Amino acid sequence: MINSLFLINPSGEIFLEKHWKSVVSRSVCDYFLEAKEKALEPEDVPPVIHTPHHYLISIYRDKLFFLSVIQTEVPPLFVIEFLHRVAEMIQDYFGECSETVVKDHMVMVYELLEEMLDNGFPLATESNVLKEMIRPPTILRSVVNTLTGTSNVGDTLPTGQPSTIPWRRAGVRYTNNEAYFDVVEEIDAILDQSGTTVFAEIQGVVEACVKLSGMPDLTLSFMNPRLLDDVSFHPCVRYKLWESERVLSFIPPDGNFTLMTYHVNAQNLVAIPVYVKQSISFFECGSDGRLDVTVGPKQTMGKTVEGVMVTVHLPKTILSINLTATQGSYTYDNGTKLLVWDIGKLNPQKLPNLRGSLSLQAGAPKPEENPSLNIDLNIQQLAISGLKVNRLDMFGEKYKPFKGVKYITKAGKFQVRT
Amino acid sequence: MTPMQKLLQLPVNAMNMVKTAQDQMGQQDEAKSPVMTPDGGNHNWYNGEPNDPRHIRFGSGGGDQEERAHLEEGGGSLSSLVTQPLRHDDLKEMLDSNKDSLKLEAMKRIVAMIARGKNASDLFPAVVKNVACKNIEVKKLVYVYLVRYAEEQQDLALLSISTFQRGLKDPNQLIRASALRVLSSIRVTIIVPIMMLAIKEAASDMSPYVRKTAAHAIPKLYSLDPEQKDCLIEVIEKLLADKTTLVAGSVVMAFEEVCPERIDLIHKNYRKLCNLLIDVEEWGQVVIINMLTRYARTQFLNPNMNESLLEEGGGEKAFYGSDNDDDTDDEEDKEEKEKKKTEATAIVKRKPYVMDPDHRLLLRNTKPLLQSRNAAVVMAVAQLYFHLAPKAEVGVIAKALVRLMRSHSEVQYVVLQNVATMSIKRRGMFEPYLKSFYIRSTDPTQIKVLKLEVLTNLANETNISTILREFQTYIKSNDKDFVAATIQAIGRCATNIGEVRDTCLNGLVQLLSNRDELVVAESVVVIKKLLQMQPEQHSDIIKHMAKLTDNIQVPMARASILWLIGEYCEHVPKIAPDVLRKMAKTFTNEEDIVKLQIINLAAKLYLTNSKQTKLLTQYVLNLAKYDQNYDIRDRARFIRQLIVPTDKSGALSKYAKKLFLALKPAPVLESPFKDRDHFQLGSLSHLLNAKAGGYQVLPDWPEAAPDPSVRNVEVPEWTKCSSREKRKEKKADKPFYSDSEGESGPTESADSASDTASGSESGSGSEESGSGSESEESNEDSESASEEDEEEEGKKKKKNVEKIKARKPVPESESEPSSGEEVKKSEKKSKPRIGSSESESEEDEDSESESSESEEEESEEESEEETKKKKKTTASKPPSKPPKKENKKEKKEMSLLDFDDFDPAPSPSQVTPLNNFLSSSLVTDLEGLSLTDNVLSPTTIVPSGNLKTYELLHRITGEGLSVEYCFSRQPFSPDPHMVAVKIQFTNSATSEAKSLHVEDAKLQSGMRIKEFPEIEVLPAGETVSVVMGIDFCDSTQAANFQLCTHTRKFFVSIQPPVGELMMPIFMTENEFKKEQETLLQSLGQLMGMNEITEKLTLEEKCQGEHAVVQRVTTAANLSRVPCGSDKECSPPVPPPPFPIHRFAGKTVTSGSLVLVSVVTKEDGAAQLTVNCEKMVIGTMLVKDILQALTQ
Repeated sequence: MINSLFLINPSGEIFLEKHWKSVVSRSVCDYFLEAKEKALEPEDVPPVIHTPHHYLISIYRDKLFFLSVIQTEVPPLFVIEFLHRVAEMIQDYFGECSETVVKDHMVMVYELLEEMLDNGFPLATESNVLKEMIRPPTILRSVVNTLTGTSNVGDTLPTGQPSTIPWRRAGVRYTNNEAYFDVVEEIDAILDQSGTTVFAEIQGVVEACVKLSGMPDLTLSFMNPRLLDDVSFHPCVRYKLWESERVLSFIPPDGNFTLMTYHVNAQNLVAIPVYVKQSISFFECGSDGRLDVTVGPKQTMGKTVEGVMVTVHLPKTILSINLTATQGSYTYDNGTKLLVWDIGKLNPQKLPNLRGSLSLQAGAPKPEENPSLNIDLNIQQLAISGLKVNRLDMFGEKYKPFKGVKYITKAGKFQVRT
Repeated sequence: MTPMQKLLQLPVNAMNMVKTAQDQMGQQDEAKSPVMTPDGGNHNWYNGEPNDPRHIRFGSGGGDQEERAHLEEGGGSLSSLVTQPLRHDDLKEMLDSNKDSLKLEAMKRIVAMIARGKNASDLFPAVVKNVACKNIEVKKLVYVYLVRYAEEQQDLALLSISTFQRGLKDPNQLIRASALRVLSSIRVTIIVPIMMLAIKEAASDMSPYVRKTAAHAIPKLYSLDPEQKDCLIEVIEKLLADKTTLVAGSVVMAFEEVCPERIDLIHKNYRKLCNLLIDVEEWGQVVIINMLTRYARTQFLNPNMNESLLEEGGGEKAFYGSDNDDDTDDEEDKEEKEKKKTEATAIVKRKPYVMDPDHRLLLRNTKPLLQSRNAAVVMAVAQLYFHLAPKAEVGVIAKALVRLMRSHSEVQYVVLQNVATMSIKRRGMFEPYLKSFYIRSTDPTQIKVLKLEVLTNLANETNISTILREFQTYIKSNDKDFVAATIQAIGRCATNIGEVRDTCLNGLVQLLSNRDELVVAESVVVIKKLLQMQPEQHSDIIKHMAKLTDNIQVPMARASILWLIGEYCEHVPKIAPDVLRKMAKTFTNEEDIVKLQIINLAAKLYLTNSKQTKLLTQYVLNLAKYDQNYDIRDRARFIRQLIVPTDKSGALSKYAKKLFLALKPAPVLESPFKDRDHFQLGSLSHLLNAKAGGYQVLPDWPEAAPDPSVRNVEVPEWTKCSSREKRKEKKADKPFYSDSEGESGPTESADSASDTASGSESGSGSEESGSGSESEESNEDSESASEEDEEEEGKKKKKNVEKIKARKPVPESESEPSSGEEVKKSEKKSKPRIGSSESESEEDEDSESESSESEEEESEEESEEETKKKKKTTASKPPSKPPKKENKKEKKEMSLLDFDDFDPAPSPSQVTPLNNFLSSSLVTDLEGLSLTDNVLSPTTIVPSGNLKTYELLHRITGEGLSVEYCFSRQPFSPDPHMVAVKIQFTNSATSEAKSLHVEDAKLQSGMRIKEFPEIEVLPAGETVSVVMGIDFCDSTQAANFQLCTHTRKFFVSIQPPVGELMMPIFMTENEFKKEQETLLQSLGQLMGMNEITEKLTLEEKCQGEHAVVQRVTTAANLSRVPCGSDKECSPPVPPPPFPIHRFAGKTVTSGSLVLVSVVTKEDGAAQLTVNCEKMVIGTMLVKDILQALTQ
């Protein structure tokens, strides 16, 4: 299936290659680099490229291109999903996924790739399984390794066999048994000029951090599961029980994982926590324009809106800007024409405002479209959909775990058209 | 640098080497390996000059089809020539050192080089030496290196093979698996036979993990040597029958790569795959679902058959209908629907469609996977539903697909492509999610365009206003490609929905005054198409556009305007000639397509208005005559002949007007995704809209359904208890991955990690059903097992009695009632699993009632057995087939049916003796004659009187119950991989013992047992024999389990002597010799350990031939190979005077050959040779036989 993998940095340098079948010359990447040259943004590179002998399927993630070479028919999503798993695995092992990290741990990444695919077909993609075979680096261990010259390959083979539950390693032991769940909701919305909602929906995800000994069998139930319209689960969740009883029953993987993602019923009206008053105008005659943006709280359920940030892609013809912010600070990159206004906490008494003038390049025509504003925000201790975890029960083990639930609401793709 | 040039710089003794390098190049180019001569003629070349390998690198390094790369890499190594050898020498030194840490460091550096794409092939000899290194870290890295470079250095790579072969026999399954994995990954043609052998063996390994690796190895071997296909298909067939989820995905993948056309292999496994699907790992799910889609297309009927018939009748009309139709659509729709309904019912009446239960099973079992976190799985299910589900049910996939759209942009890209295709056929499905396709300014362009496509496909009368409003926003975007796409989308909406045509046209005309030229140009092109539909009403628009020729520079737009004016010149009689005038002025500077349209315009004007335009036309034609482009010259020449009347002008010129000004049909603006669904959705081919290599065409539905009974199998356990449901039942104490569960079949005990009581119980319960066809019994077993969990023993006994009572009326030789009972059970069990279990039970019934003949036989036997139980005789069933041969000493084993004169004996119920009518005495008689007669098939001849009994439970410890066992040396019919152990219970206590059964087996990994049916009552003083099967996995480790009575439990263990781990096979002397040869040679000299030879002195009493034979066969369950009377053909080494006794057998579990030969010489000297692939068994066997012969 997957023949080879190349990791390519934004400047087009191939810094890692791995072949699972016969070696494919790296010159095959030229087709990709060509397409990359053509594209304005890295995201615009087509994910699937057809070359005379191969098919190239790539993803762009964390400023890196993961490029896989395919020779025969294979579902493209299969490859894309796998490449994302690779990125996640690097992230999981080394804390971040970047060029430097990969270069620092070249051998380990290579070994991981070796384990993840066999003859191009995924073999071990569960983090728990991989970690049993190749231990992730820790500060202590890397010190020990440099002193003793050993590496992170498990020095004893796992004695039994791959555990009966593929996503959980056997023999987990913790002194403090804890299970934390974060319910994170994101509001995706498009607001139009007048502030009316064109489209809004809520995506949620339940992130879990479970550090429990043995083989715990957990059951998580919600107060109002009816809210959930569409869900997807980590493979550990038992579908049937969800279907019949609307509870999440699972034996968790060890460590961090995404338990479920969900979509809130579209019928419910989505509360939009902030409103934005804006006016961006360019004068037909003179070569300048004005910008005036005010952000205020709308439906916040009594919580404070924090981490508010407004991002604007200004038109290419802007020469310079001169703005003043009543709260927070703004940065402007003249190269990318990116204006970022970091507001911070939203104070209902004194609304933050950003205003000032924009000057256009001399002779440039007035931009037809005003740039849209992308809003970032987060609200702690609130799930905007109203979803609430009811209880968490544990079976199968004797001890009493420490349990915690946290709610966060964030802005997802929250866009205001102007 | 060409190889030739290289050659000139090389010393003569390197010639040979370069040739090899060239060979390799050639091989890479043709993707075909050269056939290596096995005699190793070029073995010595790598010992040549110390820097030779570098030259090899030159030759082979860049030898790919890309010439450029070749040069680059050649250059690269040139520049590093100075530094590299030094560094490599360092590394070599480190590798040669004794310290593991140095080796490790070196290997790390080498692997880092490989990862960076640097060439490290010249280190091969140094690295390969370390393949047997004890340090596991070093070893792993060496493996990595080997896999990368073995292909380039085939000869050297062979040195490592023996290590892997040893690894293949390792007791640790992970080592076995990794050995197989590396062995199959080194692409060296010469080891194909070794790989084949290894795969075959691993395919019957007891560890599912190793079997999975074997499945992975199949495509590797296939790509290396496609000629092995037939053999590989056999292995695939075997693995397809595997019941573990771990193996399922990998073997289907192998199936898809090796023999996707052999859809017939799936029949028997279809239901199993459907049922296992949910527990298979994600990647396997994708592959299986895609394969099953294809399968279903060949095996089931089109569920939308009736609708598609209707569509042909009236469906088309509504879509392409004219304005009038559209206006009254709503009402008409209803009417039409009514009509359709009646029609549909008519058709249904004529040809009722009933969905095959298997078809339903597939749809039902894939549906929950729409909730998978893996986008590829969701997409696979979506395409399955799209291609297979009845129209009414396809809707469920929309929600899941829309969810995927919130994933990474690459995922969005692929999903949108598929949604675009689906939304053409099934618009209604995505309509509720219209807003999810709204476009954000931050989306990448390719996503925007695809979303636009979907929005356009979804547009209809009700939502068009919303969509158009949305489009208006998009037109203002800064992304001009996207704006152009939007304009085209508007055009398509306008053509498809008559109501908004005018609105759209007006909107587009407004765009003509846009400042951006691209926008204007695109609008012109679209307007042109729209105008063609009703030009009469829009002459003002045409006029407006004529004015634009002054400003618009985009060739396509100019050409479009010119075409419009030419086409409708009668509507704008005044403007048209003027436009031509302007164009004639600029003709020479125009683009080709514009020039062509100018000629076109000129011709049309000449025909309609020759007075004003004659001269202009001639001028244009003259210019065109000397144009650089031959197309334009040709066109000009052709048109001149056609329109300008001359004497010579041909007959056609009369029709010139008709030709040019014919009424042209309005263009249909079609989606580029129309009809893309002939490619399987979600596939690469669909995405590219071109057939990718290896794409399997999605077949059309068959006209008539093929025979559904091909999918029937002997009722398997898994239809009765899905793992999920079990999880629920035993949530508290059971790991729930199906591997550890009953349904996963015979080889399951590998997962002994889950050694809970219930685990092993249900496991063994399923073994029964998995291995044999005695579903009835197994069902009972598992049920009673679960009952035991809950109830007290007394109660249980009562229940058992009840059960027996209930069975009493079961008529003999009728399988139906029992299967009926089973259906009830299965229904009961399946209820919590699925809401509507109607169809399921139906299907269960199906598979059961149509059970195969053998099953019926079995159940017939069973029912007889039951009647016997009723009579309280302790005997178990009489085999329905004629009994063949029994042992003299084991009188009780005699069968009841045919030998009335023998005592009715408790015979082992599962033993089905082979088909030879030999009484045990006869056997002994026959044995005396040296068995030259093949017809007698002496395979199962067991030396009589030699069955050694062992004590399992002493009378005292057993509180009156004494138990003995012996290895009956008969094939264990429910599972040929098990050793039959006969257990004899004697109750010497004063009270009766009740419910004797086996419980709580503590087994080594891979071992399995099949316990004997529970003995209800054993009266005091009586003796009963039963047979149980144990799969020892070809090891002599003991099987530990508990023997339970109604009051006590005893821990017991059965340890087999090595001789009992095999069963005799019959072969002739020549066959024997051949096998011996192959054992020795096929694996090359590297596997010398296949043969063990020992010299010995025979004990006095045992010097006769008969004695030797008897002692050997007593020690091991082997059969004697009849020695041919013609001694000439025997090998010259042992001279004829010394008789050779040969014995053959194979191990029970893995079926490896065991060959024993004893050569007797004078004075009792003898030589014993044992050949066996399994080293451990071989050594132990030698020991045992030695002992038998010398004492």
